[in-house]
Amino acid sequence: MAALTHTGPVAGATAPASTPRRMRTRRRQIGWAFVAPFGALFALVFIVPIVYAAYLSLFQERLVGGRVFAGLANYTKLAADPQFWDGFARVVRFTIVQVPVMLLLAMALALALDSLRLRGSKFLRIVIFLPYAVPAIVSTLMWGFMLGVRYGLFRNLNDWLGTSLDPFRPGATLVSIGVMVTWAFTGYNMLIFYAALRAVPHELYEAAAIDGANQWRVIRAIKLPALRGSLVVTIIFSIIGTFQIFNEPQILPSMVANSGITTYYTPNLYAYNLAFTGSQQGYAAALALVMAAMTIAIAYAVQIRGMKRALQD
Amino acid sequence: MATTTSRTTSRTSTPAARGRQRHTITNPRKNGTLTFFTGLFAFYCLLPLIWLVINSTKSQADFVSTFGLVPGERFALFENIAAVFTHDDGIFVRWLLNTLLYVVVGATVSTFLAALGGYALAKLDFTGKRVFLFVVLGSISVPGIALAIPQFLLFAQVGLTNTPWAVLIPSFLNPFGLYLMWVFAAQAVPTGLLEAAKIDGAGEFRTFVQIAMPMLAPATVTVLMFSFVAIWNNYFLPLIMLKDPAWYPLTIGINQWNKLATTAGNGELLQNLVITSSLLTILPLIAAFVMLQRYWQSGLTLGAVKG
Repeated sequence: MAALTHTGPVAGATAPASTPRRMRTRRRQIGWAFVAPFGALFALVFIVPIVYAAYLSLFQERLVGGRVFAGLANYTKLAADPQFWDGFARVVRFTIVQVPVMLLLAMALALALDSLRLRGSKFLRIVIFLPYAVPAIVSTLMWGFMLGVRYGLFRNLNDWLGTSLDPFRPGATLVSIGVMVTWAFTGYNMLIFYAALRAVPHELYEAAAIDGANQWRVIRAIKLPALRGSLVVTIIFSIIGTFQIFNEPQILPSMVANSGITTYYTPNLYAYNLAFTGSQQGYAAALALVMAAMTIAIAYAVQIRGMKRALQD
Repeated sequence: MATTTSRTTSRTSTPAARGRQRHTITNPRKNGTLTFFTGLFAFYCLLPLIWLVINSTKSQADFVSTFGLVPGERFALFENIAAVFTHDDGIFVRWLLNTLLYVVVGATVSTFLAALGGYALAKLDFTGKRVFLFVVLGSISVPGIALAIPQFLLFAQVGLTNTPWAVLIPSFLNPFGLYLMWVFAAQAVPTGLLEAAKIDGAGEFRTFVQIAMPMLAPATVTVLMFSFVAIWNNYFLPLIMLKDPAWYPLTIGINQWNKLATTAGNGELLQNLVITSSLLTILPLIAAFVMLQRYWQSGLTLGAVKG
């Protein structure tokens, strides 16, 4: 029976006679039948659009002559486009500050919850996760009204203190967006860390207690290493998320004046504006592909570093 | 789930392992400072929601004139709710129904396809399985927005934009759901049981539906829950795909009111609508999260073990 149970490539290669060939091919077809609906959709929604984007990125829309083949002109134009690099530098700056702050907070909160030393920990856990359920439009609205100086709490604050603080002045808007993004996603990351901590076998803590290890030692020697795998996952997802910031800078300008948000504030906002208001679809496609390539490169770099570190232990 | 139970049972069985009486490793002394700092963060999480609840009870005049964190002079919540449902010939109801359509159909189909695929990748053997998994997992790191523009252009060519299909079809695909199902099925579904079902004469599909599906329940609730939230909250995809307000989901509808509220002229009139409709949009999700947390959290635990 065992040979039938594991019809893996190795088992099949060493004992080809034991498994009837017809049955094996039938099983192979069934495996594909199970993944076929997902695979067909994947091709339609993922692969075809990427190929189409690659094709489109080779064309330019001209005032005279319409869409014309331009080779790699869109890419060379992008490489020298100060607006693209301005937005790109902005999301990189944002990522460097926001992702570590958010993940350290999420990790500290997960450790606090897992320590079993909190009162009302169930309530705290669900409250910290709640913002994840709030749509970007509602989140931007609430924060826009709270931080805005027209109707918001900051107008009240300025009235009391006689100050003129404005969280949406050009120099501060990115920080305010950071406050909004951190609000939305810390709880989600906390849950991933918390889930990883819950998976630590309890015997390890008992052994540590017998050895006389204190809390900090348990955190350093048991809990932090247990978080390594989920840290790689959360870093990758957070970078993917911050690289495609779009909702906040797209919605905010209709709420607050003079926030310094330009049409090219983030690469995604720029791509959107190029494609839908500037009708430069080829250029937008090139931009989208370049951003996707950079995101994948960074995600893989993080993954490989994370795996290397895991192997060294 | 297994670790959760082992920890709670040992709470009662483990004697005081360290010096202090009654306090064990599984039931340590509560820490006030730690609770305070975690509570502080929880306050940051709750503050905007408290603001939303308070301000949805205010009339438009009170919203503009009174302090943001205290109730207005008049309790206008029910007036506001009535206004949300009747404004513009009750288009909010249409947006709500659209959202329900996108969410129910999208989340159900995407979760079923992810379960089917994840189960097959974990438990069935077929050539090209690794390549398939590798390509799908690789796709998770491609930013969704990078795809949306070519998706729009493709859908426009075949005439799907401005129809519900433009929002539904992309939401049927959930690569991360497939990943979770794969990890979960590999751990939670015993291969021997599947073999036994097949010996008893069940076909592959029947084995999947009757034997494997019930065992995949925690992962199914998790994936369903997260795709539910993702589709309910989706903003970018419907923004580019839909032009006709009759097909808008709530997120795009609210933003349209928000834009009207801030443009000069009839500006001041709509903010209570925007705020109250925002509250009505997030309430169902928050209720679902709180009620179902036991189920989806156990699924997340099993997903995170391997991650």
